[in-house]
Amino acid sequence: MNDLITGNEAAAWGARLAKVDYVPIYPITPQTEIVEKISKWAADGLINARVTRMESEHSMLTAAGAAALAGARVFTATSSQGLLYAFEMLYNISGWRAPLVMVNVSRGLASPLTLLPDHNDVLAARDSGFLQFHAETCQEALDSVLLAYRIAEDSRVMLPAIVNLDGFYLSFTRERVDVPEQKDVDDFLGPYKVKPLSKENLPSMGITTLDPAVYSYFRYQVHEAQKQAIKAIDDATKRFEKFFGRKLKAIEAYMAEDADYLLIMTDSFSTIGKRAVKRMREENVKVGLLRLWALRPFPIDDLVQAVKGKRGIAVFDQDLSPGLGGIIYQEIAGALYGTDDAPKLASFIGGLGGKIPTDLDFEYMVKVLKENIPPNEPHLLMSKSDMELVKKQREIALRGGV
Amino acid sequence: MEPLSFKLNTVRDTPKDEHLYPGSSMCAGCGAQTMIRLFLKVIGKNSIVVNAAGCMTLLQTYPLSNLSTGWLYTAFACAPAGAQGIRDALDSLIDQGKIPDEKINVLVLTGDGAAYDIGLQSTSAAMDRSLDFYYLCYDNEAYGNTGFQESGATPYASKTATTPVGRVNDIGTLKPKKDLFEIWRAHEPSYLATISPAYPMDLMKKVEEASHLKGPKMFIGFASCPTGMGFDPSLSMRVARLAVETGIWPLKKYAHHEITHTILPKFTPVEEYLKVQNRYSHLFNPKNEEAISRIKEQVLLYWKKFGIVPKSNSHS
Repeated sequence: MNDLITGNEAAAWGARLAKVDYVPIYPITPQTEIVEKISKWAADGLINARVTRMESEHSMLTAAGAAALAGARVFTATSSQGLLYAFEMLYNISGWRAPLVMVNVSRGLASPLTLLPDHNDVLAARDSGFLQFHAETCQEALDSVLLAYRIAEDSRVMLPAIVNLDGFYLSFTRERVDVPEQKDVDDFLGPYKVKPLSKENLPSMGITTLDPAVYSYFRYQVHEAQKQAIKAIDDATKRFEKFFGRKLKAIEAYMAEDADYLLIMTDSFSTIGKRAVKRMREENVKVGLLRLWALRPFPIDDLVQAVKGKRGIAVFDQDLSPGLGGIIYQEIAGALYGTDDAPKLASFIGGLGGKIPTDLDFEYMVKVLKENIPPNEPHLLMSKSDMELVKKQREIALRGGV
Repeated sequence: MEPLSFKLNTVRDTPKDEHLYPGSSMCAGCGAQTMIRLFLKVIGKNSIVVNAAGCMTLLQTYPLSNLSTGWLYTAFACAPAGAQGIRDALDSLIDQGKIPDEKINVLVLTGDGAAYDIGLQSTSAAMDRSLDFYYLCYDNEAYGNTGFQESGATPYASKTATTPVGRVNDIGTLKPKKDLFEIWRAHEPSYLATISPAYPMDLMKKVEEASHLKGPKMFIGFASCPTGMGFDPSLSMRVARLAVETGIWPLKKYAHHEITHTILPKFTPVEEYLKVQNRYSHLFNPKNEEAISRIKEQVLLYWKKFGIVPKSNSHS
């Protein structure tokens, strides 16, 4: 089936094709369409999943994790504030080694309150032990859900996964999506492997340890499993290409091979970045782009390979760690520190609350690289017209909103 | 849930099977543990206990377990949501014909901090969804595992680590105990009861009655707590019994839309219950008549609502 569907619907199709047994739900913009779609399919008998409305994201994640341990393939979805409300349970669920898949539809965090996307929500989860895959397109939203199940349930991994897609720009945007055949997905995924609870199988789960060494051991295990996930990603993406003909990688390289300068981006704005790269190439600027699809595990070796011999790298962070700068920039700097001939790095913050980066922004980024403007200082992207809008609104607000 | 295959008439009918073994890290004289032991004797080992942060979390410390049932520790606020996930997963797999229905019980086990305070929302929602589960709240009337701080379950005049007695406040806790029974009752669960470790037959009969019903089966148990309430471990059952005899801890059940008191109080003077516990010691040194009569009035007011009054000369 090939149809024009939204990113939300594409993600829901991923869950449907994975034949999930259980979907605990709770509404939040811009994710809600996903759980509405799944609820309708359940009401129409098109899926066998049990759908339960929970009373908060915290409970939703708890139910999701518990069900995954009890033997059900589980899907759930949230956004932004909801992800943060559930936060405590992310660490529990990775420690439980419950391989469920959760979609996060990115949305900036309050305050101020917004509905449009950036990645401070999902990146807050980076230390939780969840795997993280970031979709660029609606097609990729679907494909990433299927791949996430395959990787999460890999016996070397057994960790929960987040699939991230941008609110509005993907969630409510229709694109042509190839929806795979059920039979192929069945073969691609195989059955869920966690043994269901039974009279003969009632283990103790999630229990306390009072020994620091034992605690350390189990948290190290989560890290080791994340490292194994690098291999699992490689195997799963190759298998995916064989089944469905689409190629995904931990890091996608776009016009990168012969480039002197690279932009590094994630998620849907990468499409805007690619357009800017193409345009600059027409002006003989040798620039390319790396898009991180996998953020956990962080594909360090692939990154080191991909930047070898480049003169400069501009990291576009659609997030901000106040007092430090870009989160992904810090991760990349950490990964490259001490490697031979590590290229110069520059950090750019943009796209907060869905602010679309412009051609001028991208040109500025390359200019900074070329002219060797001091590193480590994050550049906060804000154009003149952006500032004029802010000024106008501030004037109204200071008048008392009239 | 599987109905019981035996009938409980006298204490001799108590199942011999033990599902809570000795040797846990609980305090000596822990009333909660006694209730869990009796509770599990009735529902059996084909059960999974879903636990929230509290004293009983330490029943399982890696690599040791003193339960023959399954166990899942969730977090402080969300044990009922964990129970929901397990029940839903099993029901989904049963409905799809992937596994047989082995009638596995799901039992939420939390203290009063989780039940009265941080987990009230998740409990409300589980009842709202008619989740088929048991809930046992062991209520020692404070956050016991962290050193006895005030909770929603703490009664008037109880001293706790965060409601200490001092120059300005000679009472301790100034608010009355939250009425969780009524809050839960408003959800119309299938079964709701209070229990006490000092009344094992009453406890087991209630669990047995509940086991025939589908839906939420809710229990609030008086967890006599030597460490927190402040008395010698050997007095644990005595304190639990006095709580009932004075009328302070009514033993009751709510089933088929009706409240029934299963044990009537003797209206033993409340002082006998209060004075053996360190948490009330400030009421007797010197004697705080006003606070004590306020406690008495609360007890009488409760029972009067049900037309139960002390015989003359008692409760003096």
